[in-house]
Amino acid sequence: MVPDHIITSEEEVKKLLSHYSITTEQLPKIFHDDPAVKAIGAEVDDVIRIVRISHTAGRAESYRLVTRRPKK
Amino acid sequence: MPSPKRIGKIEFGLLSPKEIREMSVRKIIWADTYDDDGFPYPQGLMDLNLGVIDPGLRCKTCDQKASECPGHFGHIELAKPVIHVGYTRLIRKLLRVSCRACGRILLSPNEVEKVVGTDDDQTGDQISEKDVKKERICPHCGEQQLKINFEKPTTFSEVLVDDGKKVEHKLTPADIRARLEKIPDSDLVSLGINPAVARPEWTILTVLPVPPVTMRPSIILENGQRSEDDLTHKLVDIIRINQRFKENQDAGAPQLIIEDLWELLQYHVTTYLDNEVAGCPPARHRSGRPLKTLSQRLKGKDGRFRGSLSGKRVNFSSRTVISPDPNISVTEVGVPRAVANEMTIPVRVTSYNIEELKQIARNGPIRPTVNAPCGANYVIRPDNRRLRLGADNLETVADMIEPGWTVERQLRDGDVVLFNRQPSLHRMSIMAHRVKVMEGRTFRLNPAVCPPYNADFDGDEMNMHVPQTEEARAEATILLSVHENILSPRFGGPIIGGIHDHISGIFMLTHGLRHFKKEEILYLLRFTTIEHLPPVTKEENGTEYWTNKQAFSYILPAELNMVFRASSCKNCDTCKKELCERDAYVRIFNGKLESGTIDKKAIGAFDGQIVNRIIRQYGMRRAAEFIDDLTKLSIRAIMLDGFSYGIDDADLSKTEFGQIEDVLNNAVLDVDRRIKIYEDGQLEPMPGRTVEETLEMQIMQVLGKARDQTGQIAGMHLGLGNSAVLMAESGARGSMLNLTQMAGCIGQQSVRGERIVRGYDGRTLPHFRKDDRGADAHGFIKHSYKGGLSPTEFFFHAIGGREGLVDTAVRTSQSGYLQRRMINALQDLKVAYDGTVRTTGGRIIQFQYGEDGTDPTKSAFGEPVDVKGIVESILKEEV
Repeated sequence: MVPDHIITSEEEVKKLLSHYSITTEQLPKIFHDDPAVKAIGAEVDDVIRIVRISHTAGRAESYRLVTRRPKK
Repeated sequence: MPSPKRIGKIEFGLLSPKEIREMSVRKIIWADTYDDDGFPYPQGLMDLNLGVIDPGLRCKTCDQKASECPGHFGHIELAKPVIHVGYTRLIRKLLRVSCRACGRILLSPNEVEKVVGTDDDQTGDQISEKDVKKERICPHCGEQQLKINFEKPTTFSEVLVDDGKKVEHKLTPADIRARLEKIPDSDLVSLGINPAVARPEWTILTVLPVPPVTMRPSIILENGQRSEDDLTHKLVDIIRINQRFKENQDAGAPQLIIEDLWELLQYHVTTYLDNEVAGCPPARHRSGRPLKTLSQRLKGKDGRFRGSLSGKRVNFSSRTVISPDPNISVTEVGVPRAVANEMTIPVRVTSYNIEELKQIARNGPIRPTVNAPCGANYVIRPDNRRLRLGADNLETVADMIEPGWTVERQLRDGDVVLFNRQPSLHRMSIMAHRVKVMEGRTFRLNPAVCPPYNADFDGDEMNMHVPQTEEARAEATILLSVHENILSPRFGGPIIGGIHDHISGIFMLTHGLRHFKKEEILYLLRFTTIEHLPPVTKEENGTEYWTNKQAFSYILPAELNMVFRASSCKNCDTCKKELCERDAYVRIFNGKLESGTIDKKAIGAFDGQIVNRIIRQYGMRRAAEFIDDLTKLSIRAIMLDGFSYGIDDADLSKTEFGQIEDVLNNAVLDVDRRIKIYEDGQLEPMPGRTVEETLEMQIMQVLGKARDQTGQIAGMHLGLGNSAVLMAESGARGSMLNLTQMAGCIGQQSVRGERIVRGYDGRTLPHFRKDDRGADAHGFIKHSYKGGLSPTEFFFHAIGGREGLVDTAVRTSQSGYLQRRMINALQDLKVAYDGTVRTTGGRIIQFQYGEDGTDPTKSAFGEPVDVKGIVESILKEEV
């Protein structure tokens, strides 16, 4: 049910950011206490690659930046 | 690409009395506004320091004229503090969580940490009322706490227990203010308050800001009388009471009177801020209309946010009722002459168009007939002065026109306009049409474009906008034209196509094989530019005949090849293809309809297989032409035979009525038999259901089957000669179920998917015995609409009908709100050139649009290439 979450290496992140010419700030976010993040042991400021099975595309990749959940 | 400005943070705080006095330019002490000469009183509510609204006067603060002065705040010193209604909940919370003696939070530091958490723990919360137990002892000073009661709108009281009796002691705003003052800054942070911008005692007003006159202007009525704004009226009340309060206080009036006046002042300040508070009678105007005070100005649909800031009004727009005209193109819109004369397009004069524009100016503002050339209403000189064209100055102004001037030309045939119907739920709700000036007072549109607008002609109104610049017109033609929007991005199929009578008409034309005489085929094809009729197929007694399929083939593009099954196809086990007795096997060979009936599947909006194929093979423009031809042909086809429905069209013969009665009687007997089994305790429950549920399901099933059988009996008797059957078969409108209900039997009425069970004790109506589980006691209607309902049936029908009405009402409001929220979330997203979906700030939402980067209107139902369709059109047969 839960799609694959993989921590990406620093090099990959660099490539990703230059490919889309963005900063990490512009990536979609995921909170550090998200169960999927905890399961793979990612830390704040890591970038996670998520590979989903998609109805339309077959396989879809997306990336998310781990951020600290803000205080309420 | 970061946006040029970024908001770091927004701070929400309270206005402190000090700030209010600082921003004030004048202390207001008089309740009067203007003196007898119509001049504002100094230190009155219309003081000249607060800004000016009368032309000619100058603001005493900024020395600017009425049009430039933004206005300035004043203030009223209140005799005693009063509560601000907007903060009563905060005040209640603060009173309940803080000590009545020392003002500290009624929690020990440990308890506070438990809720708020340490600095690096992220799960912390703010302290709420629930965290503090009632009537406990202060952990800091040991004071016994009392229960705080709050009564709407603004009354707070403490409950004392005296000799076992409860005594309520009212807290005055001054008492409350004193308590709030005692809460230390350090405790406020854990309550979610930043003491630097919002000290809690500032929620109790000691000084009231007086808004500038510019936001409460008085208007002068026709009889020369001044009429003040609602806010001014309310401020007058406040100042009057405040004045009286002060006088009484100074004179040493008894406590009772002081309290009364205090309460009155509180009432006026409360209604000044919000005139719709629960438990507080709204302040009214002399006429009895409730006053519109501060909160009412902001709140709701017509309030400042939704009405004035998010909502915009535009010029160059018009609105009127719509009506149908199948003879204009789908890309056109019929515009009444009155509208076309009023709406203009600015045209810059150059040496190339000067003669044409001079002639237009000479034509003047009045266009006498639809076919007359357009005129102009204004010309604009290079210095931006506007000259109005009237009957007296046409020639002089026209002769003055030189390159560099602008002529505001009236609308004429072929101009691009935007056409819109609310609610604008998808992008096809606004499309660009070409103007066609017509007589009459309504916008005319081809009924085939009704589906994207969701329009009908029962009084619907639509809006038209005239783009004013070359860029806007280019954008409208390239992106918004009707022919660019035939395909819906929702499902990638055509959303524009034949509806209702188009489908009935084309069905009647193409069903089976018919032969037309020369007059008839010419009548059908008269709208086209036909020069040679197709070859004659039959000659009899010297008369030439053409087939119906030839008539339809004429509007198809040559070289079109496709095979599909019509809506009337019953999905037989073995398809008889061309020999289908329903003529549902459609085969188009080289642009000729060889066999099959054209109906909803082929040309209908939302389905339109032929339309879809034409778009893929020949493009949108050809498809728009096809739809134009189709609407004209089908309307002529339906008029050739005529099409109507009357009460006797639902008539059946005696044999059918007998059969229907037999079916229904058997069903009722079957139901009774099953009830008997249940009552004897012999009924086997279905897995996961009780015996009662099983019985109900069985009964529903039996009765449902019985109704369908009556429908079949009726359907057998009424063939395609019946208009309702034809409409159901072709998919134009209605279904066989509707016909069943008209001619056969209406069937079971239900509420929430169950038989009707509500009513009296053990029965639905007094006409039935208690605990009767039979069919007619629970809403089964055995009569038809034609035959007429019995009184109990009528009542059950009303019950079922009401549910339908409530459902639609609830659904529309719910889905409307859902839509609003979704649009607010998605409105500024766009697909960037690299295929990502981004916000305006460049933040990525999707890495590939829709995960596959595909435009649904450019793909074949999810596949990038329609392989089957291409192979079929090359091989010219079904694959």
